[in-house]
Amino acid sequence: MSVARQTPLVPVLLVVAAGMFAAAPYVIDSAPYESSMGLVQRIFYFHVPAGLVMLGSALVCGIASAIYLGRRRPTADRVAFAAAELTVVLGIIVLTTGPLWARKAWGVWWDWEPRLTSSLVTWMVFGAYLLLRRFGGAGSEVLAAALGLFGMALVPFVYWSVNMWRTLHPKTSVLPTLPAPMLWPVLWCLAAFIILYLALLLVRVRLEASRAALEAAYLTVEE
Amino acid sequence: MDGIRHRAWSAIVTLGLLAVAGAAAIVAQAQDEFKPASPDDLALERLPATPFVFAAYAIVWIVLIGYVFVLWRRLGRVEQEMAALTARLDQPRR
Repeated sequence: MSVARQTPLVPVLLVVAAGMFAAAPYVIDSAPYESSMGLVQRIFYFHVPAGLVMLGSALVCGIASAIYLGRRRPTADRVAFAAAELTVVLGIIVLTTGPLWARKAWGVWWDWEPRLTSSLVTWMVFGAYLLLRRFGGAGSEVLAAALGLFGMALVPFVYWSVNMWRTLHPKTSVLPTLPAPMLWPVLWCLAAFIILYLALLLVRVRLEASRAALEAAYLTVEE
Repeated sequence: MDGIRHRAWSAIVTLGLLAVAGAAAIVAQAQDEFKPASPDDLALERLPATPFVFAAYAIVWIVLIGYVFVLWRRLGRVEQEMAALTARLDQPRR
């Protein structure tokens, strides 16, 4: 009887991510100011990578949920649970840094326009996933997996909402058309978020595996 | 146990409703009249960007460090419980 094994990759990923986050302000400082928004546009360098990794995490949760629904593999369920929690955590960053940027750039904290509203709805779906896992009782993992699939289905709507509807939010064309001095800091921060995400996902999956081992140990004791 | 669960659900629903009400209160309103600007309005016009940038970066750090801390505590607690259980199981064998 033992807890899930710690992968040696996690400390390495955490150290690299911490170093990249520590260097991020200097990398961002090297980027030129945006012409219409000036200094406040620098929120973009954390807001967008966090948003992209949040959407990626929703996809991870959805794919793992689909595998769990199809094959009932406990590892897939653990990955889905971990990814859902990370989607919510990253969503907190996206949904708080966005309004701070909007307050200065648009003059309002919030606007019920497609990108903001669909992001909030996606965040609430994954919040519901976590509540279901926490309070749903036995068998809730199957229902949660269905919710994870539904959350994944929202990702394309969130991403392309800015191109499909009239919106205040900048369009998806902003990122590929960035000049090199502005693109480099975004890629730096995106890499930092992805590395941190992988480390946290591995730790969170390990936590679920340890909990499962503990539950199995208690059952053995009761028998 | 049911009482605790019921109270937890009530707290979550209340917080959710408060969040929605708070968000609705800060939504931009359609303008139906023009009024002369007051000195306070003009101060808003010169809203500095620095506090918003600093607040955004602080939130990113606080949320990430907070989550890492909570995750490590949860993992530590499970491992501690497992070690205690293993020790309890090993005792009669000695």
